[in-house]
Amino acid sequence: MAWILAILQTLLFIGGAPLLAGWIKMLKCWLQNRNAPSLLQPYRDLRKLWRKESILPESASWIFTAAPYLVFTVAVLTAAVVPLVAVDLPSARIIDVFGLVGFFALARTFLVLAGMDIGTAFGGMGSSREMTISSLAEPAMLMVVFTLAMSAGTTNLSMGMDYVLDSGLVLRPSFVFALGSLMLVAVAETGRVPVDNPATHLELTMIHEAMILEYSGRYLALMEWASQIKLMLYGVLIANIFFPWYIGRDFSPAALGQGLLAIMLKLALLSVLLALSETLLAKMRIFRVQEYLSFAYLLGVLGMLSHIILEVYYA
Amino acid sequence: MTMGTDSTVKNLVEALRPLQSIGQSEVTRVQSVVDLLQLTIASAAWGDAARIAKSHGARWAGVWADEHVDSFTVSACLEYRERYLLLRASVSGQEPELPSHAPFYQAADRAERHVQDLFGIRFTGHPMGTQRWTRHQAWDEGTFPLRKSFPLQGFMRDTTPSDRDYPFLKASGASVYEIPVGPVHAGIIEPGHFRFQAVGETVLNLEERFGYVHKGIEKIAQGRGPEGLAKLAGRVSGDTTVGHTWAACLAMEAAAGVECPARATYIRGILAERERVINHLGDMGAMCNDVGFAFGHYQFGRLRELWLRENQALFGHRLLMDCVVPGGVKSGLTPEGANGIRRTVRDLRGEVSELITVIDANSSLEDRFLATGVLTVGQAQALGALGFVGRASGQGFDVRKAPAYRPYNELAVIVPVETQGDVASRFWLRYKELRIALRLLEQMLAQLPEGELQADWQTPRTDTEGFAAVEGWRGEILCFVRFAADNRIGRYFPRDPSQINWPAVEKIQTNNIVPDFPICNKSVNASYSGQDL
Repeated sequence: MAWILAILQTLLFIGGAPLLAGWIKMLKCWLQNRNAPSLLQPYRDLRKLWRKESILPESASWIFTAAPYLVFTVAVLTAAVVPLVAVDLPSARIIDVFGLVGFFALARTFLVLAGMDIGTAFGGMGSSREMTISSLAEPAMLMVVFTLAMSAGTTNLSMGMDYVLDSGLVLRPSFVFALGSLMLVAVAETGRVPVDNPATHLELTMIHEAMILEYSGRYLALMEWASQIKLMLYGVLIANIFFPWYIGRDFSPAALGQGLLAIMLKLALLSVLLALSETLLAKMRIFRVQEYLSFAYLLGVLGMLSHIILEVYYA
Repeated sequence: MTMGTDSTVKNLVEALRPLQSIGQSEVTRVQSVVDLLQLTIASAAWGDAARIAKSHGARWAGVWADEHVDSFTVSACLEYRERYLLLRASVSGQEPELPSHAPFYQAADRAERHVQDLFGIRFTGHPMGTQRWTRHQAWDEGTFPLRKSFPLQGFMRDTTPSDRDYPFLKASGASVYEIPVGPVHAGIIEPGHFRFQAVGETVLNLEERFGYVHKGIEKIAQGRGPEGLAKLAGRVSGDTTVGHTWAACLAMEAAAGVECPARATYIRGILAERERVINHLGDMGAMCNDVGFAFGHYQFGRLRELWLRENQALFGHRLLMDCVVPGGVKSGLTPEGANGIRRTVRDLRGEVSELITVIDANSSLEDRFLATGVLTVGQAQALGALGFVGRASGQGFDVRKAPAYRPYNELAVIVPVETQGDVASRFWLRYKELRIALRLLEQMLAQLPEGELQADWQTPRTDTEGFAAVEGWRGEILCFVRFAADNRIGRYFPRDPSQINWPAVEKIQTNNIVPDFPICNKSVNASYSGQDL
């Protein structure tokens, strides 16, 4: 029973990711005084790409064709182990937060290799920029993970959420810092403004898009879908780690319904925040990204320090 | 020479006088709407003329050639203290050769290679040797499309061979790499090739390669009537249709001795300023878009669209194509139309003020614009940079202000000049020019004289030549026209400001980072079509 629920939750996750992308797009359009495309537009785009012929560059090796499947599979696996509507699902026990960071790194490795595989200047440029950014984002992400693990006494996501739920509404300075850090990292890792611009057509400014510039058809659909799932993953992590309230704690229909409603609301609100920042900010100059991510790392370190000083030392 | 020449200009002319060709009568005099000093230079002294002009500080503005029975005339246009000076030389038809101006003027580099590719006139002492520029592989080396022996319809080929052996500059060294960009781009823009040599993200050198939209404008102009040429001129660069048509009409009117009625000149001015407003709005939006600030892009785009729709309603064409015709303008302006423009000018001023406050307060935009892509005053002067690109780098020349032409000689034209030379400066200069254009529109509507819209055309005598200069939204547009027999065009040469400003983009990009290229390029927004002809 629990396993069926876990599978259903994963399907809900990957099925809902394009909807979230559509919602963010809609919010951005409204903020720019434009008419928005339908919420279902990302699904239509995926269907369109899925049906189109895939053109492969002459210089492509197996890495180029394997990467989309690998990146997508890893995205699905990651989605499977992150609690969405209910905690304590058996799938969440398989792996801890470090494994999660590892999953992200695995997908990125293949994405970067695929960018370089075809030998175009843009692919290599995108890959080099992606690695620069991720090498700065990963330490910050790990600091956040450490803080959480030390507070909750576990590296398992599900158990961590249980801990937060059980301890009730407590203001922990360490969590405030960690939340700030994770949000900054999420923006960088999902390639959103002000770090990267997912909507640009300017090859020379691209990061994520430059790596997948040569993909078309089904391969591109997988890549797009994977990055939509990744965006939702970060949203769910932020929502369920720091604000886990109303997530389903048993598997009764009422608890699950409540959990579903809660996560939808949380993601919708987080999207407003993202859309606002994307509308208010111009993309930063690429060499500013290190300052931005250093700040994220600093917040992560402060989170851990404040945990040790305020929560361990005085407790 | 002409009356009223101030002493410094006289000095230059006196210095050039010994170079005049002796024994040969002056090549025909060009009729011009703006004051034009003309000197026929002995072909051997052509290079010396450039050296002397350079030493006086004259700006080099353009070169073009024309073919006669067994000789060529080469004309170079200079500007000195807001006066135009036309140097002309006769070159023999057999193995035509002329000393190059390029050692003294950077702007002459591509322009002379264009003449070389299309006429087969060799410029000796050119720093790039006989390196081609406009020619790709559409016609063979040794055939010259603008010569009379080349058929008007050209030689059709099934497939044009790919252009493989163009010698781009090479850079070598540890971790130096090349990024070839274009001519096919991801966005909907004109085709052009950019080759970057970079280390990491820093650009060591940028080289441009154009010619992908060479349409043979100069060739297909031949044999057209005045209306036909006006239409063609409107398509030299689609976003400057009023500017180029106006320049071509002025040059033809000067040659034919036709006087454009006062009301028509004011309507031409209104059309030109509307074109300026629309393009500045579009560019300011595009600059926001290039740094990922979509809000600015859509807001400026919306305002631009409102004006395009008003263009359609008042003048019958969104981009104002074919509204200027030889001898006047196609359609007039009703009092209701004039009131409509007054209203939209007022509305736009309000909206832009609101929008610009938002943009000014946005520090993330400021961070991208400020100190990015600097064109120093020295570089701008050496290139003779035009329009807002020049004016952002201390070059205050504006044809509307001086030498001035109708209707601007009756208006208060303010020319904003800055010396910062960065992307921010070019952005704000556009904003200032937009405000000034709005004021000019109001002023022209207030002073709009009554009268005819079009003068009767008179057929000019064979081989009459006309010259005109107009301030398009990108800057100074020069135009040369020669009539053949029966009211037909014998030669047409438009000098779009882009031909001068494109090399500035190379300078601007050097030592900037690769991802800043789009914003550096957009801040200049030179025309590919206007450069390729």
